[in-house]
Amino acid sequence: MLYIACVLMGWLNVYAAVYSPEIQTNLFDMSTNAGKQLMWIGTTVLLIIAILVINYRFWDTFAFVIYGATILSLLLVLVAGSNINGSRSWFKFGGFSIQPAEFAKLATALALARYIDYPNVNLTKLKDQLWCAGIIALPAVLIIASNETGSMLVFASFIIMLYREGLPGVYPLIAIVIVTLFILTLIVPKLFLFGGILALGILVFFLTPRYQRSFQNVMVIGITAVAMIAIVAGVDFFVNSVLQKHQQNRIKVLINPAADPLGAGWNVTQAKIAIGSGRLQGKGFLEGTQTKLDFVPEQSTDFIFCTIGEEHGFIGSLIVVCLFVFLLCRIVLLAEKQRTRFARVYGYSVAGIIFFHLMINVGMTIGLMPVIGIPLPFFSYGGSSLWSFSILLFIFLKLDSRRVGMFTR
Amino acid sequence: MIENRKYIVIGVFCLVGLVYLLRLFYLQILDDSYSLESSSNSIKRIIEIPYRGQIYDRSGKFIVYNTPVYDLYVTPKKVQIADTAAFCRLMELERSEFDSIMNNAKSYSYVKPSLFLRQLSKEDFARIQDALVDYRGFEHVTSSMRTYPAHTLANALGYVSEISKKQLDEQETPYYRQGDYIGRSGLEQQYESVLRGQRGVKFVMQNVHQVVKGSWKNGAFDSLAVAGKNLYTGIDVEIQQYADTLMQNKVGSVVAIEPSTGQILAMVSAPTYDPNSLSSRFFSKSYAKLAKNPYKPLINRPVMASYRPGSTFKLIQAMVALQDGAVAPSSIFSHAGSPMKCHCNRSGRLNLAGAVQYSCNPYFYHVFRRLLYNNNERNTFKASAMGLHHWHDMVSKFGIGQKLGVDLPGELKGSLPDADYYNRMYGENHWKFSTVYSLSIGEGELLINPLKMANVAAIVANRGWFYTPHIVSGIGKPGEGIDPKYLEKHEVGIDPRHFEILAEGMQGAVEHGTTTMAANIPGITICGKTGTSQNKKGKDHSIFVAFAPRENPKIAIAVFVENAGWGGIAAASVASLVIEKYIKRRVDNHALDKKVKESNYLPAVTLPKKPAPKKYEMPKDSAAKPLIVKTIPQQPTPVPVEPKSLASRPVTTNGN
Repeated sequence: MLYIACVLMGWLNVYAAVYSPEIQTNLFDMSTNAGKQLMWIGTTVLLIIAILVINYRFWDTFAFVIYGATILSLLLVLVAGSNINGSRSWFKFGGFSIQPAEFAKLATALALARYIDYPNVNLTKLKDQLWCAGIIALPAVLIIASNETGSMLVFASFIIMLYREGLPGVYPLIAIVIVTLFILTLIVPKLFLFGGILALGILVFFLTPRYQRSFQNVMVIGITAVAMIAIVAGVDFFVNSVLQKHQQNRIKVLINPAADPLGAGWNVTQAKIAIGSGRLQGKGFLEGTQTKLDFVPEQSTDFIFCTIGEEHGFIGSLIVVCLFVFLLCRIVLLAEKQRTRFARVYGYSVAGIIFFHLMINVGMTIGLMPVIGIPLPFFSYGGSSLWSFSILLFIFLKLDSRRVGMFTR
Repeated sequence: MIENRKYIVIGVFCLVGLVYLLRLFYLQILDDSYSLESSSNSIKRIIEIPYRGQIYDRSGKFIVYNTPVYDLYVTPKKVQIADTAAFCRLMELERSEFDSIMNNAKSYSYVKPSLFLRQLSKEDFARIQDALVDYRGFEHVTSSMRTYPAHTLANALGYVSEISKKQLDEQETPYYRQGDYIGRSGLEQQYESVLRGQRGVKFVMQNVHQVVKGSWKNGAFDSLAVAGKNLYTGIDVEIQQYADTLMQNKVGSVVAIEPSTGQILAMVSAPTYDPNSLSSRFFSKSYAKLAKNPYKPLINRPVMASYRPGSTFKLIQAMVALQDGAVAPSSIFSHAGSPMKCHCNRSGRLNLAGAVQYSCNPYFYHVFRRLLYNNNERNTFKASAMGLHHWHDMVSKFGIGQKLGVDLPGELKGSLPDADYYNRMYGENHWKFSTVYSLSIGEGELLINPLKMANVAAIVANRGWFYTPHIVSGIGKPGEGIDPKYLEKHEVGIDPRHFEILAEGMQGAVEHGTTTMAANIPGITICGKTGTSQNKKGKDHSIFVAFAPRENPKIAIAVFVENAGWGGIAAASVASLVIEKYIKRRVDNHALDKKVKESNYLPAVTLPKKPAPKKYEMPKDSAAKPLIVKTIPQQPTPVPVEPKSLASRPVTTNGN
């Protein structure tokens, strides 16, 4: 039900986003994005039916096969793909394009679930951690190679699942610390940070009970502090040398959107204007001036949330965000109920992926995240993304239905 | 324990959701700056400027109308010019001008149209339009330009030009925008709110490339432009033009009023300029030239110049004295006892009418003396103060010393001193008649403008009342919509019978007076009075006020010719010719006509002091030569025409 609500709202919003007062387009006109989206929805329904029909064992059994096939297609797209917006990541079939990267998430989720499902796998062990990292890293590297950094970042979302499955809390903590340091470096002058880290280290040292001040622990504190300082020092190098120009700009814009409102800051500024101008109730369906008149770029794909914010206001945004949070919680709770580890791991992966998309996509339109071109699940225009999210979700539902079936039986 | 991590995961989901909702709440509800930016982003207000009202003369001839002109706009991104040199030839532009215009346009925007050439005439545009097919990136917008078919009345009409920064900042309700046109002086300024009409506003939505994507909310907030109202004036264009030609090579004014209505028939400010020169795309060049002209052709002298009325003021003195009972029509005063000399040689033989006819200074010295002392006060100081106070009240009714309220901007109040004025100047009870006697013949602290003097003529013509002089007699439709104050009759508080004595004297002055033979037109009984306005800076100014015919007057007129010297000849000649032209619709006195047109009273102009070149000494007399005024052809005879008999007389006194 939640799914249907999302897809329908997404479709109407795609229509609103491309709607132009000059050309009175039909909602079902195949030549527009909205029309195409309808077609995608239609095919998705077929896919869903297929998924529900296929035996649940299929996913379990063929997880690695699907993973392998996806890796192959990722390799293939590097050679044979067509170039859209500077990234060689699309297969073109006639008028439609398919992005294998979208399906890579699904395949990786299945493969991870399958791997963790092995009875002797223990994520506290370094060997298993490395295996998991490898399963995640392989498609991620291929996706970077095809210049889709945004989709690659999604693979970070598996950390949520891994955490649930027993990955030591240190890993997400390290990730959080790195991200925090990264952001702080861009905002706070470096000398303060250096001083702060040193002070923190000394503080931790003296707060540690005397009997625990073993050489080892002191070393851990020291190394952590040095590593943090190294990260801080390395941020500049990373931002200026590793990242591409547009990525640098996106990060700078996040810190200070007013710096270049007509250039790099344009997307974010216009997106914020669009959402901000929606006020409480919004301008009404098809009345959005910002999104309809192309002030917001990519308004039917990555910036679809602007259309919601502008035309339906805070109420609309509230409903959408709550819908997603509710969906996520529901998936997590369902996953917890699964009997098999495979189903649970897979459920958490699905929740993680959707959560990550939601966080980045909505976050960038409201100026809380850097602009990363990933779609809003079920809302954004695009066949690959709708297909992959639908498959992602319905495989989980299929796995879940088996559990329900077992109960009823 | 590890199962509890699900709560952490759910907690993270909810936390992020909550943070986002808070952020959305802030963006959408608390911070309204985005909402404003959105509308300025995508909704554009397009102003439709209506046609400005046109101006007609009393017979329905156009004084001002709108000519369609074409503004050419350029969109730099679309520009395709194969041969720039040929294009410049077509546009009649220098290559450098073309470059600077294009650079300006580019720095403004590549995709938005900028003004390329302004106000191309129909003919120019027709020529360009055909050739323009070969060039991309140019488009035209029709607008209108003020056109003055009669080439006259420039000073009273004023002009229209781009609104100044100051005016933009000072407007009470934001109506004008940068680059808008506004009436900047004269009628164009006075009637700006009527002439400009009502703007139309259209809201359109435009996309990110400024391409219009249709009307906003189906035009629910749009309004249509309403054209400005036409003005119908009392101006007689033929008379105005004729008076213009008479005033060439002179500095001064002609104001003619229809006494029965107060409508202004002609209002010449000389030197003048062709109003069309301030209406073309060469506005700034023309304006700069006019502003630099030492004869100040841009000011409207009939209302903005101040003179001493001189002997013309004797008319008022006579009326006030008769009404006050200070003198009787038969009163006779000799020259004796007066510090002022006289040219009339009729000491002790003139009654009031005669004194007006011959403009006897000593007579009016006595008249004014009687006026001031015409009370019970024995103390001459106190009596003078009382008398002057009373006199001030009576004279004020003629509009002297205050704004008449003509429908033109910049009218000067002039000056009519009262007792307080002299108290401040000399101290209370420290002045008396003998201190202020020069007022008796219109000198001293008196200041009037030509319009007021014409109004005085109208008052005498009407035998005691006037309508406030005005140019516009109808707004929108002839005879309708004007300020009711112009339809209000003002009585000056003088018994009508007194005017016959005055008219007698004025008729005599024209027909038999020593000075005004030039003003006598066969077949028309003109009543007139000359005057000399003392001028400390240079030659005296010549003044003449008149009305005609004596019975049932059709025209009242005041003519001021600056620096035409002592006596009323110069002004009287102009006035009589204008009267003849107005009443007979033709001029028979060709000799006078020719003489007036040829006479040149342009004063010598002292150039603004510049550091003189050190190489050679400037010849001292070089500054004394009249500077050539470009707007009016200079006649080769700079010698002022003045009757020898008068020029040779001593000019120590001021009556005539």
